Amino acid sequence: MLVIPCPFCGPRDEREFVYGGPTSARRPHDPTALSDSQWVEFLTVPDNPLGPVRERWWHARGCGDWVEILRDTRTHEILRDRDG
Amino acid sequence: MLLVLTTGRKNGDDRGIGVTTRRTMRKSIRQRYSLATLALGAVGGHKRWRPAWQSRPLSNRYDIVIVGAGGHGLATAYYLAKNHGCRNVAVVERGWLGGGNVARNTLTIRSNYLRDESIPFYVRSVSLYERLSRELNFNLMHSRRGMIDVIQTWPRLREIRRRQLAMDLHGSAYKQIGVKELRRRIPALTGGGPDSRLPILAGMVHTDAAVNRHDAVAWGYARAANGLGVEIHENTEVTALITNESGAVCGVRTHRGPIAAKKVGLAVSGHTTTLTGPAGLRLPLRSFNLAAFVSEPMKPVVDVVVNCPDLGVYLSQSDKGELVIGGAPDPGQSFRRDVKQTVFEDAVCAMLELFPTFQRVKLLRQWGGHLDIAHDASPILSATPLTGLFVSAGWWGGYKAIPAGGLAFAHLLATGTPHPLMEAFTLDRFRHLDFILESGTTVVV
Repeated sequence: MLVIPCPFCGPRDEREFVYGGPTSARRPHDPTALSDSQWVEFLTVPDNPLGPVRERWWHARGCGDWVEILRDTRTHEILRDRDG
Repeated sequence: MLLVLTTGRKNGDDRGIGVTTRRTMRKSIRQRYSLATLALGAVGGHKRWRPAWQSRPLSNRYDIVIVGAGGHGLATAYYLAKNHGCRNVAVVERGWLGGGNVARNTLTIRSNYLRDESIPFYVRSVSLYERLSRELNFNLMHSRRGMIDVIQTWPRLREIRRRQLAMDLHGSAYKQIGVKELRRRIPALTGGGPDSRLPILAGMVHTDAAVNRHDAVAWGYARAANGLGVEIHENTEVTALITNESGAVCGVRTHRGPIAAKKVGLAVSGHTTTLTGPAGLRLPLRSFNLAAFVSEPMKPVVDVVVNCPDLGVYLSQSDKGELVIGGAPDPGQSFRRDVKQTVFEDAVCAMLELFPTFQRVKLLRQWGGHLDIAHDASPILSATPLTGLFVSAGWWGGYKAIPAGGLAFAHLLATGTPHPLMEAFTLDRFRHLDFILESGTTVVV
């Protein structure tokens, strides 16, 4: 079970959060400048590392904020939060 | 006579076992299992049984290397040898035979999918399973016991009836039953009454569903493939793909040395991207952990697979009497293959809502398996931009797909073109955003 550091509420139980997916791919500023394959890759291909992955969790049963964490997919260890 | 037999095989190279193939298998496996050989073995004090497959020394060159000796890898090797005559094939496995996800699932075999592309494939897989014990001469303890969905919300009922109409077109059976009939068929289902949080509205019976023995599936395919000349190398971890100067994959690097191959097939579930990433190939896959657990053995109490999609739990009872229980995948990507307390509690609470009498049942074991889920939750069976590399990935609930998945992957590896059943499941579908959306039908089970 994860203890997720919420910037507003402090460390909170994973049960209060809803998983919001990986955030490694940033939406391109100008999608029309991309080729079709680059656009498709942005839409469909996430990072799937054996190690740290950057992801968002929604503190739905808490303050309602979105929290971004860096979590190791092998150990569940949260390496640092958005500010750290 | 021979002519008749040969024309009989023209029905399709992959439909059951042809007479000629059966003859070669007899010769190569040599040790067949039957009542007669069992009696003969008993007379000899069971001391004359030979190992079911042979380990040969690892060569440094094969025509085809399949990475992963799980259900899909072994089935692929078997159909490569049987249907396409490819015998110079090695299956390399990091751990032991059948120790990966084929041993980490809940054995549910079903074909209740939604899309026109998916249903015929799963119907084929279910029907291949039904004949597989005989074909492999290995008892898979196949039990076509049917699955009942317990419906507790109206949107779910509408969704499942939509699936029923789609399945009707492809010969897969789904039938609605009332609450009374549902409770008659599953007497242990005492929860979900009119006053409960989610009263039961109806049941949907999927008569084609089955369970069988996962070890036997892995061992049966391994024995049959090995009997046809395929080599299986356990404890041989593939650490990287080897590419040549033109960027084509020409082998694999293992900790026992490099192995050259004309074609490499990946059947490694969650670790597909771990292997393709360093070779520069990014795939639309994410790895998740899916947990399951079993209870202590009990007397027979549930004789069907019970699926509760509205609560997110499903269960069946094994031949040993253990309840096999599964829930939803863990939130967040994971390679841990463990059980998260939150996910575990959710599944148990959901089960107790419908089966309050199971409250005192002790749970014995739990496990997780990592599966790779594609962007549209449908499998990817495809050649890749790297020449010589083929992937069989994205099997969310891939146990049911082992026979047809192996059949189709063998076809793809041998001929270079997709099997007719899997034409829609190549990587090309992502290029056109032409998804085969099955996320609703795969979430539970």
